[in-house]
Order: sequence, then C-alpha cells, then structure tokens
Amino acid sequence: MQLTLSYLIAGWSGFFVMAVELLGGRLLAPTFGSSIYVWGAIITVFMLALSIGYLAGGRLSMNAPSVRKLGLILIVAALTVLPLLLFAVPLLDAVANAIPDPRFGSLVGATVLFFIPTVFSGMISPYAVRLIVPDRSSSGRHAGQLYFVSTFGSAAGTLLTSFYLVLIAEVNTILIALMTISGLIGAVACLTRGESNAQ
Amino acid sequence: MRSSWRALLLLAAGLLAAGGAAADNMKLLHSERSLYREVLVYQTGDVRCICFTRFCRIGRQTCQDVKHPDRIVMNYPQMMLGSLFVKPEPKSVLIIGLGGGTIPRALHELVPQARIDVVEIDPAVVKVARSYFDLGDNSDMNVIEADGRVQVKRALREQKSYDLIMLDAFDHEYIPEHLLTQEFLKEVKALLAPGGVLAANTFSSSRLYDHESTTYASVFPEFFNLKKENRVIIAANGPLPDAAQLQANSKRFEGAFGAFGMSTGNLLPLFSTKQDWERGARILTDQYSPANLLNLGKN
Repeated sequence: MQLTLSYLIAGWSGFFVMAVELLGGRLLAPTFGSSIYVWGAIITVFMLALSIGYLAGGRLSMNAPSVRKLGLILIVAALTVLPLLLFAVPLLDAVANAIPDPRFGSLVGATVLFFIPTVFSGMISPYAVRLIVPDRSSSGRHAGQLYFVSTFGSAAGTLLTSFYLVLIAEVNTILIALMTISGLIGAVACLTRGESNAQ
Repeated sequence: MRSSWRALLLLAAGLLAAGGAAADNMKLLHSERSLYREVLVYQTGDVRCICFTRFCRIGRQTCQDVKHPDRIVMNYPQMMLGSLFVKPEPKSVLIIGLGGGTIPRALHELVPQARIDVVEIDPAVVKVARSYFDLGDNSDMNVIEADGRVQVKRALREQKSYDLIMLDAFDHEYIPEHLLTQEFLKEVKALLAPGGVLAANTFSSSRLYDHESTTYASVFPEFFNLKKENRVIIAANGPLPDAAQLQANSKRFEGAFGAFGMSTGNLLPLFSTKQDWERGARILTDQYSPANLLNLGKN
C-alpha cells in the first residue's frame, strides 16, 4: 500500500506540475502576452522552484519519513495553488504596473504565483525515493522507476491539458479539479495506517 | 525492397522538381529570422509578398504590386479600410499588427490628419516592412514594438483613446488567443473614444466562427460582418450608421479609394449585420480561450 501510494503520488504530482505550468501560460498571457520570453520566464520559475524543492524534500526525508507526510506535502502543494484562483488577475496587473518590461514583469509575476506551490511539488520525488528504496543495491533501479512514473505523469499532464482540458473547461475549473484530486490522493495517504517508515 | 527504393527516389525527384518549379517563378528576396519565426520576402513577377512559411505554403501575409505600390492587391485590407465609411474622420488610429504596412500606408494617404500608432510584436517584421515595402520612416506613424494586448493595457493606463482601432494580428497558422477574448474586446472598447470604431481582420471558419461571433456580440451588440475569403468585423463604441449614412460616407472616399485600385461600390454590399452564427456558442474569455484548437479542421 505504502509503495503503491508513493508511486501514485509521484506520478500525480508530475501531472499536476505540468498542468499548472501550462495553465500558468494562460494566466500570464492577458497581461504579458504569450511570447517566447513569457514561456521562458514561466519555465525558469518552475525549474528553479523544483530544484529547491528537491533539496528540501531530500532533507525532509531524513526525519522519520512516512507516506502520511508525503500525502501532506501533496495537499500543501495543492493548497498553495489557491491564491492563483483568487488573486491572479489583480496581482499580475499590479506587477505589470510596477514593471513595464514584459520579460521581467512575467518573471516576477510567475515567481509570485508559481514559486511556492512548485517548491512543494518538487519535494515529492526525493521524499518518495526514500520511501520506496529497500536497500542500497537496488536504490538506482527504484529511483529510476520513480523518475519514470513522475516524468510520465508530467508528459500526460502536458498533453491532456494542452490538447483537451483547455477545450473543455475554464482555467480555474481545471485548477480546482487538479487541487481536488491532489486533496483526495493526499487524504488517502494521510489515512493509511502508519507503519511509520521504511527501513 | 528494390521497388520501395525506386519509389523513394521518385518521391525525392518529384519533391526537387516541385521545389524547383516553385522557385522558378517565385524568387526569395530576403529572409529574416526573428524571435518568433522566419520572415520571408518572395516576389512573383511584380507581386512582392511577406510570408511566414517557405514558398508561402500557409498563406501570404501581405502583398504589394512593386510597379504600383499604391494598388491594394489583397481583399482584406480593402475591407479593413471600409471602416472609414463608419468613421470617416478619425483623428487618432491604433493598428495592431503591421505586416507589410499596407493598411497604415493607405490610411496615411486617406486620412492625412490622423495620428497613427502601430503596434507590432516582431521587430523583424518592422525591419522588413521598412526596407522591402517602403514603409519608410514616416514621422506621422509611430511604430511600437510590443504585444498588442500589453500595449492596449498600457494605453489604457496612460488614459489614451482612439477614434479607430484596427486589429490585424492573426495569421493563417496561429491566432494569439489572448487577442480573441471578451476581456480583450472590453479593453479595446474602453480604449475607443465615444463613437470610435474597431475593425478586426479574422478568417475563422469551422467551429471558431460561431465562438468568435458570440464573443464579439457579447461586447458589441451589433456589428458589420464583412465576408470574402477573410472575415472583417467592424464594430462601434456607439450606434452603427444606417445604410444611407454609410453610402454618404463612402461617397467621400470614392476618388481616394479609386487611386488604390479599390471600389467603394464593391465594398458597400458587404456591410451586413445579419447574425449567421450559432447563438449558443460558448463565449471566449481569458479563462476559456482555445481559439486555435477550435479552428482546427478548417478547410
């Protein structure tokens, strides 16, 4: 159960990050356009946030790791997306007012909106590696499997969002659906009986 | 195995021949790489065009008759300039999307008193327009390099307003989706002076036609819907003129339009306010703007 949940959370988190990233492009476009530098700003912020999340998640996994805590990280990552729903437009307008250059405007705008949720999402993979690796000799194989699941989730999130989801629903509706799924998976993880850690 | 090799060779020969044939009468004058695309200038006989795809495979952006640079070769700029029948004396004009500069150049002649701001996102297009489509360095024409929507918001912040706004930022392959939403049209309307006019060049077919129509109708309850191979929407921040008024306004331009090879008589019948779209089509907003996906599968 713990193993399945760890993989599921890593895969879903990959999906979640890329879906939010693509929708982020939609949120920024009315204020900053959709030029290559706007996408560059968004991708930069996501990459930076993920990199810091990896560090933090790895560090956190040193201290009594459990799938419940992993579920909690997933829930927190979803909750920190909430400001996007509530304040994206006034926030971006304020940034555009202060910074007329759309390159740095979009960089600051993307940082304000996406940095924190993406740091939390970045914590998931290294933390999950800690939960699934049984011993040192197979650690590479298990890490590889986890990367596979997580990046496959990212690919699925990218494709489904850009080909289909934006055609079906509004940006905020999609975000709410993503947050709900994160919340459900996270809740299941939190409720599993805690064999409080792996070895 | 052998026959498939032969087929491959034949295919390659065919491609070469086709490429060669196209290159024969179509000369590449210039190509300019930009942040967004490759801007290509082709000339076939006397007609010079800007294209964004090799051999203009996906449509031509702007064309000009080199021998008669004043003649307007394509249909859609004529329809766009028809907006003067609705607003005959604009004092200030904003054009979103420069292309080869056909429209700003013509407007400068037709309404010399107007101050013209042009927004173009791609510096390479500005360069090409200046050097191959004699846009020149006209001091009455202020070319701003920026995203159309970013510039509209900026102009609103600076409390500017325009008598005529022309939206010409779509190409056959890609629609900037943030320029086809209800919020954007509201911003444009707010930027129009009372009685000001918006002319938008679109070309949507298939499902997008209905969505585009309901989106415009949600901001401009009534608009002229001019259709040839392109679609030009002419809307006003106020009531539209009636047929008699349109005709009277068009009379003032008869001579001037003639000098560009255009006929006011051919344009007038295109001014239709008939609502020939599916009224229930979902309105496009900043939250829901899959314009390119909706435009897939067009003919």
